[in-house]
Amino acid sequence: MSTVFEQRAAGVADPDAGLGPAELAAKYGLTISGRRPSLAEYTRQVWQRRYFIGAYATAKLMVQYSSSKLGQVWQVLTPLLNAAVYFLIFDLLLHVSKGIPDYIPYLCTGVFVFQFTQAAVLSGTRSISDNLGLIRALHFPRAALPIAFTVNQLQQLVVSMGVLGVIVLVSGLPVTVNWLLIIPVLLLQSTFNAGLAMFMARIGAKTSDMAQLMPFIIRTWMYLSGVFWAVDSVASKLPHWAGTLIEANPALIYIELMRYSLMDSVPASSLPHHVWIMAAAWAVIGGLGGYVFFWKAEEEYGRG
Amino acid sequence: MDDQEMLDSVLEPQGPPPPPTEKIPTVIVDNMHIVYKVYGAGAGKGSATSALSRIVRRKASPALTEVHAVKGISFTAYKGEAVGLIGSNGSGKSTTLAAIAGLLPPARGAVYTDGQPALLGVNAALMNDLTGERNVVLGCLAMGMTYAEVREKYQDIVDFSGINDKGDFISLPMRTYSSGMGARLRFAISAARSHDVLMIDEALSTGDMAFRKRSEERIRELRKEAGTVFLVSHSNSTIRETCNRTIWLEHGLIRADGPTEDVVKEYEDWTNKR
Repeated sequence: MSTVFEQRAAGVADPDAGLGPAELAAKYGLTISGRRPSLAEYTRQVWQRRYFIGAYATAKLMVQYSSSKLGQVWQVLTPLLNAAVYFLIFDLLLHVSKGIPDYIPYLCTGVFVFQFTQAAVLSGTRSISDNLGLIRALHFPRAALPIAFTVNQLQQLVVSMGVLGVIVLVSGLPVTVNWLLIIPVLLLQSTFNAGLAMFMARIGAKTSDMAQLMPFIIRTWMYLSGVFWAVDSVASKLPHWAGTLIEANPALIYIELMRYSLMDSVPASSLPHHVWIMAAAWAVIGGLGGYVFFWKAEEEYGRG
Repeated sequence: MDDQEMLDSVLEPQGPPPPPTEKIPTVIVDNMHIVYKVYGAGAGKGSATSALSRIVRRKASPALTEVHAVKGISFTAYKGEAVGLIGSNGSGKSTTLAAIAGLLPPARGAVYTDGQPALLGVNAALMNDLTGERNVVLGCLAMGMTYAEVREKYQDIVDFSGINDKGDFISLPMRTYSSGMGARLRFAISAARSHDVLMIDEALSTGDMAFRKRSEERIRELRKEAGTVFLVSHSNSTIRETCNRTIWLEHGLIRADGPTEDVVKEYEDWTNKR
């Protein structure tokens, strides 16, 4: 059935005659197509794409509200409206604020910081499936995408933090040296979020059902993270192990640390035990774990 | 013969460049089989109750269909070769390219390549909400260029794509482009870097005459830079102009493999007989 025409180079003695395909590939240093690079090589590739990560994050930020009339104003309005909704429900209607001083900055910090992690999970889950065109057209380490999304959310959070600073000052709280702690807290949370985004990216790329399920998981997580109320008041009523578990929640830790940094009325004694160690541990475990987990399936993204 | 082909043969009388003299393999395809798993095809009643009863009875989803697109093909491509892939619709040409690019895992067999083959397709979209300008920069950065290199190549890419021939389109979002313009810009971006192995899937057929000329030239240049070019096209004249070797696929099998002139002729005879 099949015709193989005689090659033009036939007649010249072929030094590779008699070699099988695999031996021929080995002789000329060819490797299996689409194979995953080693972790060190992969890291080098990601580092080489750092300009792409930055440019992609900024580009996303520019187009985010480009279709609405108010445009970039929404960057400030969205977090404010969010805080307003929770304020209406939890302060004015449910009176959860009893016993919490300076409830408005307390609530806003919780909402903004949690939203950073929430966005990492949600956009991470979709980061592969929403960018199939890019993935199939060009070769680059795919981890650049979830990382770029995290950088994009960090840029948005910086805007929210500006709004938050104003809210704190308007509430009559002073600027203290503790405000400097915002930077390490943000760095630790960003590292954790990037890892989480990469973790969710692999899950989301494999299981399209995850995108449907995530909003429910996120909501449960939010209510457990002390966004609206002081979790220690709940934790103290639970058995010891359950209380410890609730206090080890990374979102809770980053929220509590941010409140401590920003709000003079939050004393160090109200923080969970070993809070800085836990914040750093989550960043290392989350960041590295998510990265390795994502890399393990590198060759499979965008297939099928 | 359509008008396009007539024009081609008038404009490009010299034909493809000669085949390479030295034989250094760049792509080795060894008995490759590709099986697609397709979800959501012919999915029964598609109601929630039927989906639930299926899960309860542990039956495989009827929506899952397997398509055996490529059924064991083998060939070796060498440095400096331009390989055309021809065959009727659904013969497995695009699938073969995707597998060489590493985007589809072979169900059996293996594909060996040198480095990272780049696949250019008309369907591959970049970022539609961003301006053409930003797409150029992002695409180049994604391929691993630095900002300095992007600045250096930017004007060449825009000129090559011909996007700005009819006004300042480069500063408009890509979603406002016609499909031909989008394909041209994508081709220009990917061709800006020299690749060891470049694969082009019908990209040329979407451009206008001037763009086709430029791309055929660019393919020749890429071949001179010691690369291997694969081209999938339904235009036999484009294959004749650019490829020195052609592989004819039919039903996922190689029907013929050899010098372009012989293979395309056999293919044309076969098409005319049907």
